[in-house]
Amino acid sequence: MDRVRVSFKKHVPLGLLFVTFVLLATIPFYVQPYLVILLTTIFMYIIITVSWAIFSGPTRYISLASAAFFGVGVYASAILGKTLPLPIVIAFGGLVSFILALFIGLLTLRLRGMYFIIFTFGVSELIRHSLLWWEANITGTVGRWVVVVDHTTVYYVMLIIFVMALLITYLIRRSRLGLALRSIGEYEESAAHIGINVTALKTITFAISAFFMGAAGAIMATRWTYIDPHIAFSPLFSFMPVLMAIFGGTGQIYGPVLGAAVLAYLEEILTTKFPYYYMLLFGIILIVVILFLPHGLVGLVQRWRKGGSKRQNANA
Amino acid sequence: MLMLEGKKVMKHFGGLVAVHNVDFGINQGEVVGLIGPNGAGKTTLFNLISGSLPTTAGEIRYKGEKITGLKPHQICKKGVARTFQSAQTFAGLTVFENALAASLFGKKRAISVPDAEREATELLEFVGLSTVGAVLARDLPIANQKRLEVARALATKPELLLFDEVMAGLNPAEVARAMELITKIRNKGITLFMIEHVMKAIMKVCDRIIVLHHGSKLAEGTPEEITTNKKVIEVYLGE
Repeated sequence: MDRVRVSFKKHVPLGLLFVTFVLLATIPFYVQPYLVILLTTIFMYIIITVSWAIFSGPTRYISLASAAFFGVGVYASAILGKTLPLPIVIAFGGLVSFILALFIGLLTLRLRGMYFIIFTFGVSELIRHSLLWWEANITGTVGRWVVVVDHTTVYYVMLIIFVMALLITYLIRRSRLGLALRSIGEYEESAAHIGINVTALKTITFAISAFFMGAAGAIMATRWTYIDPHIAFSPLFSFMPVLMAIFGGTGQIYGPVLGAAVLAYLEEILTTKFPYYYMLLFGIILIVVILFLPHGLVGLVQRWRKGGSKRQNANA
Repeated sequence: MLMLEGKKVMKHFGGLVAVHNVDFGINQGEVVGLIGPNGAGKTTLFNLISGSLPTTAGEIRYKGEKITGLKPHQICKKGVARTFQSAQTFAGLTVFENALAASLFGKKRAISVPDAEREATELLEFVGLSTVGAVLARDLPIANQKRLEVARALATKPELLLFDEVMAGLNPAEVARAMELITKIRNKGITLFMIEHVMKAIMKVCDRIIVLHHGSKLAEGTPEEITTNKKVIEVYLGE
């Protein structure tokens, strides 16, 4: 009996995962285009949040550079989209963000706490304003048109990037790199003294997380059709992943996914139903969640599960 | 053989001289104590050896090789491990994971995960923490946190261990057990350099003692020589 229960427990989440994936993979065949576009936006937020959590989750370095990596992907797509095939454009967007993150990482990962947060935010803003200055003074035109891709393709590319980001998150968490990152997050000085090359591991992980943000930016640009520095490097892309990850809870892999999905959907509902009050409502919901759910939605799920198992024990 | 050697080691923090022209040498297999009043520069000297802080001047050699200027993780991989004055365990990780991380990353050559797991299990047994492997490090009492730090340091397979007050905050029974552990570590052939304030313990386990005062070396010798040294009695031990 026990063995049956164990294999049941083990296989149900896997089965559920598979069914969800099949559902997501076939969804464009039987729903309205509007829903596909909405799901694309939700996936964009999930990808940014999940990849933010790859680095910031275990190390506890709060990065506000997501907008920089996302925006670089957007611009890579705008510049190269006319000449190169889509998969290469997306890979290139990811790669440029990866390299940018290596540079930023080597520069800033010696900083800790507040200094790191402010510096990463500053880098995003610096890129945005430099680009704006460049476009206004050198090229003379602000913004660019992006080659349009049909929304089903955009959806599938987002889905693929999402699955890849999730897979990498899973692999890192299970690997020795994951243990090293958690050690760094717990006590960086001790981590260095047990032989962990903290600077190298932080930098490479930061770059891996940036890759997915850049790739997501590259594909998202094709849906927006027109982009400029304010759209591509909007500070919102730096703040949202932090909020979404906290909202979901970073302790489990599904936390950031859940947080991003719920908040992104909520944002969509609120902007369409209450266009004038949406920011206000959004803020209130966030405050309530942070006050009453310190461990995010993951904490809520775990509390509910614990309650469930207690009842089971009482019955037995 | 000279394991660790310091030549005119200096550390200034702005205008403050924390360590001043200190020469020291530690032979293989020795247990050497480092004592002195608070603020004498003992922990600073450890930080210079382990690479936490850069030296202002002077040179530190490990097995004849210069290690000043190396990063902490490089020094660790050469075979020098340390513990911290206030236990700095990975609080949110389990006791087992603490040891496992050190076992995986602390050595020059990469080690497979199953081997590291075996080693971590053995070491937890060695320090007497095998029953609490699944407990989060933050939930351990202070004496066990110190033991965990020792296990973590041992997991990097060191030849030289720097102990920064492993007995601070322990009750007499725990001190006795800590001394047993130190003897066991010494019997493994590991060289020990230890800062300690518990005099009874240090006099018993050390072959040699170095006394620091205001950043300079005040005296050096066997425990008997130190306890009878006039200068040491004056500034540190008392009558």
